[in-house]
Amino acid sequence: MGIGIVVTSGKGGVGKTTTSANIGTALALHGQKVCLVDTDIGLRNLDVVMGLENRIIYDLVDVAEGACRLQQALIKDKRFETLSLLPAAQTKDKSAVTPEQIEEIVTQLKREFDYVIIDCPAGIEQGFKNAVAGADQAIVVTTPEKAAVRDADRIIGLLEREKVGMPKLVINRVRSHMMKNGDMLDVEDILDLLAIDLLGVVPDDEFVIKSANQGEPAVMSHESRASLAYRNIARRLLGESVPLMPMEEKAGVLTKFRKFFGLK
Amino acid sequence: MSTVTNKVTIKGTKDGLVFYMDDTCSFDDLVADLREKIEHSHQQILTGPLVRVSIKLGNRYCSAEQQEQLTDIIRQKGNLVIHTIDADVITKEEAFAERLKTSFKIQTHTVRSGQVLEFDGDVLLLGDVNPGGTVKSTGSIYVIGNLRGIAHAGTNGDHEVIIAAASMQPTQLRIAEVISRPGEEWAEVTGATEFAYLQEGKMLVAKMNYLSRVRPDLGEKKR
Repeated sequence: MGIGIVVTSGKGGVGKTTTSANIGTALALHGQKVCLVDTDIGLRNLDVVMGLENRIIYDLVDVAEGACRLQQALIKDKRFETLSLLPAAQTKDKSAVTPEQIEEIVTQLKREFDYVIIDCPAGIEQGFKNAVAGADQAIVVTTPEKAAVRDADRIIGLLEREKVGMPKLVINRVRSHMMKNGDMLDVEDILDLLAIDLLGVVPDDEFVIKSANQGEPAVMSHESRASLAYRNIARRLLGESVPLMPMEEKAGVLTKFRKFFGLK
Repeated sequence: MSTVTNKVTIKGTKDGLVFYMDDTCSFDDLVADLREKIEHSHQQILTGPLVRVSIKLGNRYCSAEQQEQLTDIIRQKGNLVIHTIDADVITKEEAFAERLKTSFKIQTHTVRSGQVLEFDGDVLLLGDVNPGGTVKSTGSIYVIGNLRGIAHAGTNGDHEVIIAAASMQPTQLRIAEVISRPGEEWAEVTGATEFAYLQEGKMLVAKMNYLSRVRPDLGEKKR
């Protein structure tokens, strides 16, 4: 029996879908059997980020309504054979399914997969309730902005009521120089406020945008620091203890040399 | 009913009539006497313009049905309006509820954004109140943690209550009907251990060691 993990944030645009795609892919790279479930009915994105849009035949709503079997709707990712996607419908809206239906689908998926990663829509309405229904654990994504942290706090409150275990926190799009200058909320500040366990800190990285546009999750590359951060998150989910990586890019010899002479 | 002695004493006050009910006889005797007085013997006195009636039950505990029975009899007279029913005794449950209201409530809870905690009486909150979260109480609010959200003490209009926090950095403070934000009436948020109180209708925030001067009898109040 696998575990269902919902990835949620409250606020939109903080990187839920990107986080779902990358954590899911990273877990698959570790040989885990992973199914990504997109519950953002009407505004599906996960298939686009995963580069699987053109392979959708059936979707989540079809499965819920019994129009097809679960197996028919699952899209196997050709790049990693242990990774599958259950896409959302684009033509309906959140009220097309009920929390009970999602719970049933996730329960079925858990029998087959080690990890069922549920991508939650923004907001706290029906879509959120649907996404949370089948989850055993929750990952809350936030960015170091006041508004995002406020919404994360609200979501954690709601998750506590849903009895979805203690959520874990991913702080996304961190710009180390802004944090250092005090222009951005500090990791410590965020943890102090939200008072939940930190799962990982992902630096702001253009490579993530580029790879999402290409339909290749960033973790597939070894070039970017964001990829490394997502890999570390996956390892922590698997129970390894991985220290937080330093936020700063390691300075090259030339930069050190320049700094030494105050040239900057 | 010839042996009925006086179980119900009716007295006139400037606020209307007061019915003193004997608390040593049986309830049935009481009802019988009340019925007798209302329906027969006191006809003349009890007619006329609208009169407010208070019922004093003394040391007799009356259930809701029994109270209903008494008021029904009195209401037969269209001009008698029941104002209050008082007894000097209450049940253990009521007493317990009363005690809960006046005793400390200890809560271990993080009040997160969008959550509202409401209480009767004084509250000791062991946890944080995050921005967007609200704690309300009819009494005082003491937060052992960070108060970053909204605290509203004395929601029934009590001006004597205070709001205290181990780390005072609220978005807003309210005591009774007075609303205050940091940076207005009081200085910038320092996050220190402070308390807020009302003085002549204005909210002030001070260091905790000042409390004994401002509210010297705060600790004694409940005893």
